Amino acid sequence: MIHVPLFVLAATVSGAMTGGRLRDQVPVARNFLVAVFEWFGDLGLFCGRLIRAALAPPYEFGELLRQCDAIGSKSLPLVALAGAATGVVLSLQTRYSLIRFGAKAFLPAVIVFSIIKESGPIITGLIVSGRVGAGIGAELGSMKVTEQIDAMEASAVDPFKFLVSTRVIACILMLPLLTVASNFCGICMGWVANTLAEPISLRLFIEDGFKSMNFSDFLPPTLKTAVFGLIIGIVSCFQGMRTTGGTEGVGRSANSSVVLSSLFVILADVVLVRLILTVWG
Amino acid sequence: MKENGLESAIKIGDLRKAFGEQRVLNGINLQVRQGETVAILGRSGGGKSVLLKLIIGLQSPDAGSIRVAGQEITKLEENELNEVRKKIGFLFQQAALYDSLTVEENVAFPLSRHAKVSSDERSKRVHELLADVGMDRDLQKMPAEISGGMQKRVGLARALALNPEILLFDEPTAGLDPITAAEIGELIVDLKRKRRMSAIVVTHDVHGARTYSDRMVLLHEGNIVAEGTFDELQSSQDEFVAQFFGYGSRS
Repeated sequence: MIHVPLFVLAATVSGAMTGGRLRDQVPVARNFLVAVFEWFGDLGLFCGRLIRAALAPPYEFGELLRQCDAIGSKSLPLVALAGAATGVVLSLQTRYSLIRFGAKAFLPAVIVFSIIKESGPIITGLIVSGRVGAGIGAELGSMKVTEQIDAMEASAVDPFKFLVSTRVIACILMLPLLTVASNFCGICMGWVANTLAEPISLRLFIEDGFKSMNFSDFLPPTLKTAVFGLIIGIVSCFQGMRTTGGTEGVGRSANSSVVLSSLFVILADVVLVRLILTVWG
Repeated sequence: MKENGLESAIKIGDLRKAFGEQRVLNGINLQVRQGETVAILGRSGGGKSVLLKLIIGLQSPDAGSIRVAGQEITKLEENELNEVRKKIGFLFQQAALYDSLTVEENVAFPLSRHAKVSSDERSKRVHELLADVGMDRDLQKMPAEISGGMQKRVGLARALALNPEILLFDEPTAGLDPITAAEIGELIVDLKRKRRMSAIVVTHDVHGARTYSDRMVLLHEGNIVAEGTFDELQSSQDEFVAQFFGYGSRS
């Protein structure tokens, strides 16, 4: 699906450059719209089958735990590093801006608020969509083209239950936990970067940072990453399960899983931030 | 379902399947009796593998009926279809072993999901199955660490795990050297003798098929063009059959 917008863009630009008429662009635009509707239609059917598979017993707890480990524990170092880097950069950048406005005392609060309310969740979402999205897209894609998914179905095991629902649920469960870890590393490294420039005790930094923060500042942004997990899990499983065309197709699935899940995570973030602000203020 | 006193394990009537404009099966009629092994031969892309996938419900037909183990599978719900699938073993062309699991775990996979047995019994059964195909010394190896012939053997052990009534083989000897291909052929003969299962074997290997099949069916352009024993087909006057068997027997 990812090639369709690029194709439309290329066709439009080349049409404009060669003086192509609008009439020539109509079939291209129609094909694009058909492809988009088909993709969303297929995604809807996929989600329907996923829900049925996830709700009906027996439940694959063993595989779910394995996926929680693969998606959660194995993403932890990268997420922690990204969170730590964000904390350092935020501390360095914000420090000079706040000094310029004479608001240096707000530095701990700015770092803590920025990380908990937005940087931590979105960075975790994007890091996981890159690492896990590509992994799921490539793994399921490879299983599809080598008939492993057919073999599973032939063994009377529903691949939607064993492969898809476990991965989607693991993504939903692990994203908030990874976000907490990312936030923790970001705040700690924010303090380290700050204290290297101007020593401040960790206790004072934490007190200043969390002074005006309450639970509703923490909970909605952290839990919204469960939605990111849902998006990453569904999009990458969907792209993987519809892979065709051998190893080249596996590459395409891995690529489109990352691109589409990152895109939908960013779009969902905009919608969820608006929703959170409306509900919690 | 009974014909000549024997019940049909598989009965296919007027089966049609197309992918877009390309018609793959044009009204196939085929019957496999209990304990019978039927080899389906034909050129590449002739719809042989599609026929197997339709029989196990991995694809849906456009029209026609497929009765497997006494049930019309085209009308079954997913969970009912899974009950029928438990009676069928399927050996895929490339074995299709789960590459994240060891040899032992691959064979244990269907057992752990469908057979209500203790882990000790399951382990014993897996060892027996792998011993039957001569693979009981490589239990902890990953599929990528064993040869294509060994993968086929493990795939066969996995297909036999649930004691199926029917076995479907998709090109069991394709891509193997003649010695390994002959060994796989011997395994099929051995299974036939020991277990009396019904089987369909899709293959290009005319001589191999001669050793293990009771009957051969030649599929061409979506139609069954000839049916019979090796000797009957080899002496056929039909140009395509003569060409196929003439070439096949020379090769």
